[in-house]
Amino acid sequence: MSYGAIPSSPPLTVMDVGFSRRCVPSTTAGSFYFRNIALAMPAMDFVWELAMKRMPWHIAVFLAPAVLLYSVFSALPLLDTLRLGFFTSNDAGQTSFVGLANYITILTDPAWSESFWNAMWNNCKFFLIHLLIQNPIGLILATLLSLKGLKGARHYRTLIFLPTLLSVVIIGFIWQLILSPLWGVSEGLLDKVGLVDYFAPWLGEEGSALITLALISVWQFVGIPMMLIYAALLAVPEDIVEAAHVEGASAWRIFWEIKLPLILPTLGLVTILTFVGNFNAFDLIYSVKGAIAGPNYSTDILGTLFYRTFFGYQSQIGSPTMGAAVATLMFLVILAGVGAYFYFVQRKLTRYEL
Amino acid sequence: MNKHKVTKPLSAAGVHLALGGYTLLALFPIILILINAFKSRSGIFDDPLALPNAETFFIGGFEKVIAKSNFMLYFGNSLTVTLVSLALILLFGAMAAWALSEYKFRGNRLLALYMAIGIMVPIRLGTVSILELIVELNLINTLTALVLVYTAQGLPLAIMILSEFISQIPKELKEAARCDGVGEFKIFFQIILPLIRPAVATVAVFTMIPVWNDLWFPLILAPGEETQTVTLGVQQFIGQYVTDWNAVLASLSLAVIPVLIMYTIFSRQLIRGLTSGAVK
Repeated sequence: MSYGAIPSSPPLTVMDVGFSRRCVPSTTAGSFYFRNIALAMPAMDFVWELAMKRMPWHIAVFLAPAVLLYSVFSALPLLDTLRLGFFTSNDAGQTSFVGLANYITILTDPAWSESFWNAMWNNCKFFLIHLLIQNPIGLILATLLSLKGLKGARHYRTLIFLPTLLSVVIIGFIWQLILSPLWGVSEGLLDKVGLVDYFAPWLGEEGSALITLALISVWQFVGIPMMLIYAALLAVPEDIVEAAHVEGASAWRIFWEIKLPLILPTLGLVTILTFVGNFNAFDLIYSVKGAIAGPNYSTDILGTLFYRTFFGYQSQIGSPTMGAAVATLMFLVILAGVGAYFYFVQRKLTRYEL
Repeated sequence: MNKHKVTKPLSAAGVHLALGGYTLLALFPIILILINAFKSRSGIFDDPLALPNAETFFIGGFEKVIAKSNFMLYFGNSLTVTLVSLALILLFGAMAAWALSEYKFRGNRLLALYMAIGIMVPIRLGTVSILELIVELNLINTLTALVLVYTAQGLPLAIMILSEFISQIPKELKEAARCDGVGEFKIFFQIILPLIRPAVATVAVFTMIPVWNDLWFPLILAPGEETQTVTLGVQQFIGQYVTDWNAVLASLSLAVIPVLIMYTIFSRQLIRGLTSGAVK
């Protein structure tokens, strides 16, 4: 405070050069791709206009690499994909505007809608299994880990988190081997506990393949909700818990009435992270079941459907525009989920000032 | 179920039983693969749960993987892509986070929101156009393509984490420097950047792991033999040698072991980064 004369915000008068138009993607490569994007997106131009007006050059330099890379390789391709969904391409590769035709085809033409709704429904099941099994287990583990005076908590935490670090592809193969009737590991283990009659080639049967895959994914990723909830539980102030304890509240009551309400925002966050991750999943199904997502499409989810639509499979030829339409529908699902999270969950949840 | 303090030996034992049981469940599949990778075919099938002994010990699977695939190349590719992406994400992310949290300028909030969209919306959904773009830039089957896409993917979250971190740096530090006439770039690179080193762990957890493990973009942007990453390479290798159990188990182990070694060294920082990043 001794430098009373120093303005708290930095001087904004330094050389008013701002972003030059050179930073705008539409001229960096001069390709059709960029021009299409620039045409399709006045909103982006608006952002650049704003940025150009009064921005000291050092701010522009700090922002430029991140904003450019993110725009060119993430945001603009996403917007361009949304645009492509309204087009169709012929064999010569020329595209023409068809309005909502692609979406009408996907949602109503029996050849398409059946696989789309199948994938959508499977994806919902995939998500629900995570929500109902992964997150509660994560909560229980986190609660146990955060118990006071627990010896070895650090080791448990470290080891249980380990599978999340491995590639989904590797995990998929590992479980495929373990569940394989050829190897007989799971059959042998079930035999030891007298449950061998329940053994079935779960991954190979239409009725159980999706559930098995979802459980494999739950097994791998339970460490993430565990860690997030654990961190939230550690942040619950000691004195509140202590006070309740002194008042004679049981541990059970302290958990339900003090800790749980305090970590609700984290549970909301875990839910939405699970949602986005699941509706964007692909690697596990692809590595275990291939792009065809068998048996008989019973493990097909939106990610694999998107891949097949875009790149084609067997007799069907891939279509970038139809692929873009599927991606757009996935985007809408994710947007709806994130929107619901922010409007209902986030708003309703009380954030306690600690 | 849970006591406030684990004082009673009985409830403590129950907690250890639950956590220990789950830990076993988490580790069993990985250990099973690792021990069987060092066994002969008959050893693998006769008693999968046994450790390799003098009779069953066999490393032919590893020899086959090394001979028939470019595993070291894949490993180098994965390492290059992950480390270069991480470095770019950290540098560019910190620069942007600094600009967004330190300076007031028109469109600041709008720009921050625009960057934050990438946290929730998966970059994968733009794949159709990303592929088109990479083809036009002539970057197909290059590691550069992967680095560019992964950097774009990691920046939004990195900016959020680093902004939080940068806003905690005491004002006096910057103001004292400005008072001495130090330029904005010097302030950032010589004062701020060294101070955010602890946040590196957090950013690394959230950006490195998805990059290292990704199958989608290597499969689509760089499926060529020269540019395959470990994940893609193993996936393709297993597809080819699916009936050769020794080779399959060895390739899985080779994919797992480097991660295990890294985790043994860095697990402390990693978990600290994860939990500190999660609070709030």
